Order: sequence, then C-alpha cells, then structure tokens
Amino acid sequence: MNDNAATPKQEHEPGTHPNWPAPILTSGPIAWMRDNLFSSPFNVILTLLALWVLWIIIPPIINWVFIEAIWSATDRKDCWAQMSEPEAGACWAFIQSRLSLFIYGFYPEAERWRVNLCFVMLILFLLPILWDKCPGRKYLLWYCIAFPFIAGWLLIGGFGLTPVPTNEFGGIMLTFIIGVTGIFFSLPIGVALALGRISNMPALSTICVIFIEFIRGVPLIALLFVASTMLNYFLPPGTTFDLLMRVLIMVTLFSAAYIAEVVRGGLQAMPRGQYEAADALGLTYWQSARLIILPQALKISIPGIVNTFIGLYKDTTLVIIIGMLDPLGIGRAALADAEWAGLAREVYLFIAVFFFLCCFGMSRYSLYLEKKLHTGH
Amino acid sequence: MNSTPATTAPPVDTSGNVITRLWRHEESRSVIIQIVTMVVLFALLALAARNVAINLEAIGKEFSFDFLWSTAAYDITFSPFIEYTSRDTHMRAMWVGIGNTLLVAVCGIILASILGFLMGVMRLSKNWLVSRIVYCVIEFTRNVPVLLHILLIHGVIVTTLPPPKQAIPLGEHFFISNRGFFVPAPVFEEGFWLVVMAFIAAIVAIVFFKRWAKKVQDATGKIYPVFWISLGLLVGFTGLMFLLTGMPLSWDFPVLKGFNYKGGMALRPEFLALWLALSYYTASFIAEIVRGGIISVSHGQTEAARALGLRQNRVLQLVVVPQALRVIIPPLASQYLNLTKNSSLAIAIGYMDVVATIGGISLMQTGKEMETMSIVIVIYLIFSLTISAIMNWFNRRMKLVAR
Repeated sequence: MNDNAATPKQEHEPGTHPNWPAPILTSGPIAWMRDNLFSSPFNVILTLLALWVLWIIIPPIINWVFIEAIWSATDRKDCWAQMSEPEAGACWAFIQSRLSLFIYGFYPEAERWRVNLCFVMLILFLLPILWDKCPGRKYLLWYCIAFPFIAGWLLIGGFGLTPVPTNEFGGIMLTFIIGVTGIFFSLPIGVALALGRISNMPALSTICVIFIEFIRGVPLIALLFVASTMLNYFLPPGTTFDLLMRVLIMVTLFSAAYIAEVVRGGLQAMPRGQYEAADALGLTYWQSARLIILPQALKISIPGIVNTFIGLYKDTTLVIIIGMLDPLGIGRAALADAEWAGLAREVYLFIAVFFFLCCFGMSRYSLYLEKKLHTGH
Repeated sequence: MNSTPATTAPPVDTSGNVITRLWRHEESRSVIIQIVTMVVLFALLALAARNVAINLEAIGKEFSFDFLWSTAAYDITFSPFIEYTSRDTHMRAMWVGIGNTLLVAVCGIILASILGFLMGVMRLSKNWLVSRIVYCVIEFTRNVPVLLHILLIHGVIVTTLPPPKQAIPLGEHFFISNRGFFVPAPVFEEGFWLVVMAFIAAIVAIVFFKRWAKKVQDATGKIYPVFWISLGLLVGFTGLMFLLTGMPLSWDFPVLKGFNYKGGMALRPEFLALWLALSYYTASFIAEIVRGGIISVSHGQTEAARALGLRQNRVLQLVVVPQALRVIIPPLASQYLNLTKNSSLAIAIGYMDVVATIGGISLMQTGKEMETMSIVIVIYLIFSLTISAIMNWFNRRMKLVAR
C-alpha cells in the first residue's frame, strides 16, 4: 500500500532498506479477526451471537463433564452425595463400574485374555493396512487376510480352546466383530457385484442389479429381522445357524450392496480409453480388471467406500433391536439397574464419544488417503 | 498395408474337445457362464423353497395371508389418520403403520431439508466462528449412530421434562411435558373445502401465469416480478375466500384435565424423538451436500453473471442455484431414502410404524414370520422406488440440456 518510493524523505540508501513487518491491518491476528470475524456490521452481530451461544453452552458442559464429575462411588446416591448438589456433575463411577461389561459383554472372565489378544492382533492387523511404509508390510498383509479367521477361532473357541457361545459376546468387542467382519468381507463382494453389474453379460448383470436394488431398498432392521426370524426356514431341516453368524452375513451383504454402487460410480467415471487400452494390450478380463481398471476406479471411490464403512460401523448398533448387547444394549441394560438408574446422560455420552472417535478417525484417514493418492493437478 | 493379408480369418483352434474349444471362444464362453450362473441360482432358489416347504410343514404352519383379516388384538397409541381399536384386523394395523411411517418420513424430510440447507449455508459463512461451530455440530452429529440420537432425545423428553401437571407453557396454548407436546388442533368447519378449492385454483392460476410470463419474456424481454405476483395470488385469493366463507376454521385448545391434557393435538414423545433425531441427523449430511453443491459452482460463473449486469438475487436465481442443484439433487435423494429407511428404528422407542406393527407385534402374535416380513420388505421397496422415481424425474428436469 504505502509505496516507499513515493515518500518524500529518503531515510535509507537504495538496497539497505530493512525488512519491516507487514502493516498490522493486513496480516497478523488483528487483521485476521477483522477479516474473519468483524468484516461487516452483520458479521459483528453474528460473531457476538456465536460467542454468546458458546458462553451459554460450553461452561456448563465442561463443569458437568469434568469439574463436578465423580470418578469413584459405590452407587448413584453415593455419587450424588459427593457433589455440591445432586446431579450437578457426571457420575463416571457408573461407567467405571461397568467398564468390563462395556468392553467384553458377558464373555467369561477366565477367557478374557483371548479377547485382549484379539484387540492386540487387531492393532497389528490395522498397522500394515493403514501405514504403507510399515516394515515387512508384504508379509503382514498375508497375516491380515488370515486375521478374521484366527480371531474368530480365538473368540468362539473349539480346536483346543474352551468354546464360548456367541450370545455371551457383547459390548465394544461385538461392535468390533461386526464392524471388522462387515468391512473385511463386504469390499470384495461389493467389487464383484459392481463388476457384475457393468459386465456385458445380460443375465449376470440383471442378477446383480436385482440384488443390489433389493438390498438398498430395504432398511437394515428389516434384514436383521429376516436374519433373526425367518432365515432358518431357508436352511435344510434340522440345521441351526448361530444368530451372530446370520447377523454377520446380513450386515456384510447389506454394506456390499452399497459398496457396489460406490464402486460402480468409480468404474463409470473412468475414461473409456482405459478399458480400450487394456484390451489393446491383449490383457484378459481379469488381468485388465486387476492391473488397470480396479486400481484407478477404487482410488476414485475411496471417499464413498469409507463413508459406507462408517455407515456400517454406526449401523452395528441396530443389533440391539434383535436382542444382542452391543455397547448401547449394555448401556440400556445397565440403566435398568436400580442402583444406577437415571444416569442415562453419562451412558449415552460415553457411547457417543466411543463411536465419534472411531468414525471421525475413519473419515480423517480417508481424507488423508485421498490427498496422498491424488495424482492430478 | 498390403503386405499383410487383411482378410485372414482368425486361426481356428481345433485342439481339445468341444467344450474347451467353446470355452476359448469369447461369445460362447459368456453364454456358458451365464447359463451356469442361472442354473446354479435357480437350483439354490428351488432348494430354499423346498426347505421352506419342509420346515413349515414340520411345525404345522402354512404360507397364507389369511391372518391379515383376523383380529389384531393390540393397541396402537398413535394413529392420527386412521380410526383404530384393538378389535380391528391386522390389515388395518398395517395401514396405521404405513400412515405413521409416511408421516414421520414426510415431516422428517421437510425439517431435515430446512435444517440441512441452513447449516450448509452457515458452514460457508465468511464468519470463521459461525462456520467452525457449525462444522463441529455437523461432525459430531454425523459420526454418532442415529439410534443413539433417537434414544437420547426420547430419554431427554421422557425423563427430564415435567409431567403434564407441571407442563412448561409456551404462550397460552402450547405445553411441553414428558407425555408429549400439546398444541392446538385445527377444526375444519363447514365451507372449508371452498378455501381449499381456492388454494388449488390459485396454484393452477400461478402455473398458467408463469408460462405466460415466460412467453412474454421470450418474445419481448419484459420481465414480470413472477414470484411476488404468484405469492400475492396465492395469499390473496385463498385469504379472500377464507374471509368470504366466514372463517370456517377454529382451534381446539389443549386443556389440563386431571393428570393429562384433553383436546388439542398431542405430539407424543415417540413421534417427537424419532422426528427430531432423524431430522437433525439427516440434516448434518444434507448440510455437507449443500455446501459441496454451492462451492462446485465456479466463481467465474458468478462473475460472468455480474458482468452481464444481473442483480444479486437474479445471479443466485438464474446462475448459481440451478447449477448447484444439479450437484445437490442426486445425493439429496439418497439422503431422503436413508431417512425413510431409518424411520424403521421407530421400533426401538415404541413408535408404531410399519416394522413395529406388522413386522413386530403382528409377527409375535401370529407367528407368521415369512408373510409379515415379506409384507414389510415389499412396502419399503415401494417407498424406495417411489422416492427414487420422483427424484429421477426431478433430476431429469434439472439436468444440463446440451445444445
């Protein structure tokens, strides 16, 4: 703005002018505030209104969650007795007393090391998938393929381990089981469905279209009811089929149909030339899909795929409606306990934060991945 | 070019038996794959059907929809459209359920769109603080399961609000309590149908006026204030008829009688919880869609419109909004579908929708799993197909017409 050459007094020899900081009104915190908070009268009002809302909401929440909160107590009355006035703060003692229930459900106490081992293995499973510079990634990926099966064996038992019936599974562990299984199996099935849908074999593509549209037209609850009430009718007489297994199949098929649509979007967004180039190179169908088409199509569809995964992960809560006890189910059951009744806010906040951390993490990771794989301009 | 014989047929592979040779040929291979798939599929379906028949016979059930005409014998507390008592049939209970699903879906779609558009615009606000607050709200809402939102709102209404006796009054005729929100109910008196007719007539008139105005504009360039004239027609004509017929509308106010309110309209906690939770949950997704749609319209478009001398509202109306809508509508349609499907979570808090009536209590009482579940599935398929058909039609109308 202020051109120094125009000032009448030459205070500095040419070339010796010191590097002065930019004027306070064009950069720095004050300028930033002028631009972003107080640029017009309307904006000033908005800012004041927003500050007022924050002032109303934030301090009571912080007060309730941290300052007045009680972390150890024997029951609700004891908890409230320790506060300045009853219900002034959160009673986290409740969550703490039920923490093992929230994590393991009703898994037998003596066998919980198996669940803990699975949690450790889960971290080892996620490591090479999420971190592409992980040492020994090539071998660990083989482990990743084996992981769901090893974990299944560890959790259910059999072959040398004490069998644990699946109706004792619950809590965060159940959420992880359904979430990881659904994500792991729905991606390949979804990709296959997408390829089937755009294939030029009419019979095959019709089957895929009917399957995808059918699943997408029906709420997951209805499918879970189907799994819990009528799926056994379709099986040979005398066979019984574990409820958790049926739920896993339904959840996987459900999210596979959504993945299929996302991947189809990616496949259709690819320029025709890519398909033609692959054909011109003399690649077979599977070679061109594996080497040319899918790597690009999947890259475009990453945001959609991760969104579907997040949706699946949140939908695992629906199993409480057919009587399984995920964290939400455990929380509701715990609230029925007379000693702790009335602490719904604590329970719901705890579960909400758990899901938020998982889902927000996933969406942030997908953003990072998108940026990393972005090769355009 | 001439050096290579162009007309040589591809070498006919004569090695191997017939099947290997057919397999090597692309078209016949595709036919083989399809035939095999169909055979396997139908074999599986036939096997499943056979299993169903055997299993049903083994426990002495038969596949029939006769139960729909037997007495339902359960109460439905919330049935705003259809008269229903526990002596009615399962069929009628199903219609009540469908009505309730549609009610919460339509109300939810309206509220979610309003909230979503508001939040989407606020997210784009130049005010850093406002945009950040909305961002936090959106991220927190959309990353928490919708079932949790529903249970939370229901819990808040039922446990923290006062009972009807100490209900919180909002003004004179609105009351908030843990049995629901009590609001005045409209009572339509004789002659109200004339007002409705006037309203419809006004809409028809507006459609014709719009066409005529467009014709005039195309021919002469003269622009009428279509929006204001339309609004005037709608309000003026309907209002005039309302006054002429002697105001055939009165309000039935809720009054406290004993332990509950009588009269008026009660928005029950189940309905409220489901409606509000579905709306703000879906709104957080719509907000992101709206934001994406608006920033997808490049700045050059706005500048070009300005350079043509259009006023600000004309820029929005003619340039920005039509282009943004094109990006917004397809994902918006799928959000509407999601909301409708998520309304099936009603069963968790006891709101009697399709799943809770026919797929819930009717199923328990009659033991007809196959029949009730297939009814539920067919109903939802009809909902989904209808919504996507409407949205596809709308999308086609808005689509870019390449000239």
